[in-house]
Amino acid sequence: MKSLRVDISKCTACKQCELACSWHLTEQFNPAKSAIKAFVFDAIARYVPYACFQCDEAWCMNSCPISAISIDVKTKAKIVDKNSCVGCKVCTLACPFGTISFDSVTGKVYKCDLCDGDPSCVTVCPTDAILYKDVDTASTPKMSEWALRLTDAYSIKEANL
Amino acid sequence: MSNSYTDKLLRVNLSDGTVKTEKINRSWQKEFIGGRGLATKYLVSETDSKTDPLGKENKLIFVTGPLTGTSAPTGARYMVVTKSPLTGAIACSNSGGYFGSELKFAGYDMIIFEGASYKPVYLSIYNDDVVIKDASAIWGKGVWETEDILKSVEGDSDSKVAAIGPAGENKVLFSCIVNEKHRAAGRSGVGAVMGSKKLKAVVVRGTKGIGVSNPKRFFENINKSKEILKEAPVTGKALPAYGTAVLVNVMNEYGGLPSYNFRSSQFANADKISGETIADTRLVANKACFACTIACGRVTKLPDDASERYIISTSSRNWKDAGGGPEYENIWAMAPMCGIDDIDALIKANWLCNDLGMDPISYGATLACAMELYENGAIDEKTAGMNLNFGNSETLVKMVYDTGHRSGFGNYLAEGSYRLSKQFGHPEFFMGVKKQEFPAYDPRAVQGIGLAYATNNRGADHLRAYTIASEIMGIPEKTDPAATEGKAALTKLFQDATGVVDSSGLCIFSTFAIGLPEIVPMINSAAGSDYSVDDALKIGERIWNMEHLYNLSAGIPGAEDTLPKRILEGKIAEGPTKGMINKLDKMLPEYYRLRGWDDNAVPSKEKIEELGLG
Repeated sequence: MKSLRVDISKCTACKQCELACSWHLTEQFNPAKSAIKAFVFDAIARYVPYACFQCDEAWCMNSCPISAISIDVKTKAKIVDKNSCVGCKVCTLACPFGTISFDSVTGKVYKCDLCDGDPSCVTVCPTDAILYKDVDTASTPKMSEWALRLTDAYSIKEANL
Repeated sequence: MSNSYTDKLLRVNLSDGTVKTEKINRSWQKEFIGGRGLATKYLVSETDSKTDPLGKENKLIFVTGPLTGTSAPTGARYMVVTKSPLTGAIACSNSGGYFGSELKFAGYDMIIFEGASYKPVYLSIYNDDVVIKDASAIWGKGVWETEDILKSVEGDSDSKVAAIGPAGENKVLFSCIVNEKHRAAGRSGVGAVMGSKKLKAVVVRGTKGIGVSNPKRFFENINKSKEILKEAPVTGKALPAYGTAVLVNVMNEYGGLPSYNFRSSQFANADKISGETIADTRLVANKACFACTIACGRVTKLPDDASERYIISTSSRNWKDAGGGPEYENIWAMAPMCGIDDIDALIKANWLCNDLGMDPISYGATLACAMELYENGAIDEKTAGMNLNFGNSETLVKMVYDTGHRSGFGNYLAEGSYRLSKQFGHPEFFMGVKKQEFPAYDPRAVQGIGLAYATNNRGADHLRAYTIASEIMGIPEKTDPAATEGKAALTKLFQDATGVVDSSGLCIFSTFAIGLPEIVPMINSAAGSDYSVDDALKIGERIWNMEHLYNLSAGIPGAEDTLPKRILEGKIAEGPTKGMINKLDKMLPEYYRLRGWDDNAVPSKEKIEELGLG
């Protein structure tokens, strides 16, 4: 099982992810209807791509009164069945992360569906700020990064011995 | 059929406070693609070329291209087309960021502002809801504060704001229109035209989609272009690593980085303000414009001790926050031109220019001209209100504020260096063409760029025929910068091709890697057009001639296609390009001939007919 992984130090806020996602969902370029958003925090020069985390026990899915949200067998993404969604928006209230949204044009909700295992935001990202990685080993690079930082601490200790 | 045009324009009459939606003229759209070409066609058709640029008869047009708002790499651009108060010629200034694409998402290719409001207003656009609103509370405020306030008042942090600062309000002749705080339609004083209409800002939010006419082809075409941009040395490596400032050391080593108001062609301390130094010591992030896979934009931060130097209360700005730039041209104008090597003063002056809404190229170059006048005794310390010695970085920062507010000596600087140098009796100190200041490449050291400056429809400027690409960087192929042979043809080709790029919505920087064979198919598969590369070049030629005819009719004769005496006769004193002058007379007649113009730069009847400009 894989999930989206974001390295914010690489994001340039070019919005290619929003363009690709909105095309995938609506066959138009429309960042307002993208399930991923690259937020811009100018004062601290941080740009942050942000999308559904695909919770295991998803609030959106559990709150839907007509079970219009289901788990994709292949990717484990939480998928909205557009035919059955009635647009009640309860899922948008239930989701703690704000990553499921209502579209007033279609009268349905939409969210990240992981593009059937080939996320288009990952494909188009020019700086590899968004990756699609195995969840079970996802934290290894961060552990390694911190392990490296600890070498300083170790060397101080050794120097004192 | 779905395509990437919205086919709609907004016509906003600020005199009577009305807003109308109109269909874009389809035959003009086909003749000019969009963007710069289309808006210029509207301007020349609807206004008198002799009109007062700051009068209510002048119009101010914001325009996008068919690739603006799509995923075509660098498809972010919008242009502002109007008559320039600095040059009296056509003005077309181009900006990136997120504003242009948002205008398309709101459902408009273009906005035409006409008339003038009697009180400060801003235009609020939320899809189909377009309202002229009172701007009394924000008139006088800097661009950054204006943006923050308008986003909060309009209640949507995803709104995009293009605004003028005090400089535009005070009709500083080189004031600009700034969007996303650090992106600007920079040159020729388009901000002053906006200020003359009492239009403080345009706030836009759009939630509509843009289609393309042939998705399969479109994605093939853009993926190919993205790949080329990624692999090319300039767009794949140099610009992402160092931004445009990569040119500081390149131009200096070659001997083409003018300093001290073009009295030298190198700057001893260039390394203190170079792209490499900025990347090593001040850079905190690379920031892209919309859909741009290059991300040349710089975001810098001042060290704590520097953030407190030269504090000027102009807005609620926290000087410890990160901010945009500095870009190569701005670095050059405010540092080597003024003999300054203080990187933090430079960054601060650049931010202040953005906040006050002022073109840093013309500002820095005008200050350099004032410094030469001061050195010559034509201006004394009493007149200037401060010491104008070359190298004085405190003056650089403080004069931005005075210029933007037209206070004290700043009122002279606000008129630009053409008028300043005349005022103080030394017109020969003006370094520019058609009343607009040169950008950062010495035309004595690089012959072709001299011809490009001299013949530029918007006055001295590098962005209508960036022959530096060929003469210095070898793109698409290397030509000898010292040679005049072939430069007429090179300049014409670059001018015509640039017209196409500026009309498409792409950024000219894309052409460091891709050319019309890649760009035209992107336009076609998005817009549903079927231009060949030759058709596109013909459109570029049509745009160039249309702008030129406007200038002739506005009273700017071919005789103004020239360069200052210092460039034509004053040999470079030392360095690798020692002894060089610009040999314009070896290039200009051939250029006119290639253009189908007579010796006075008047296009032949046949040329006008051939281009459908009769």
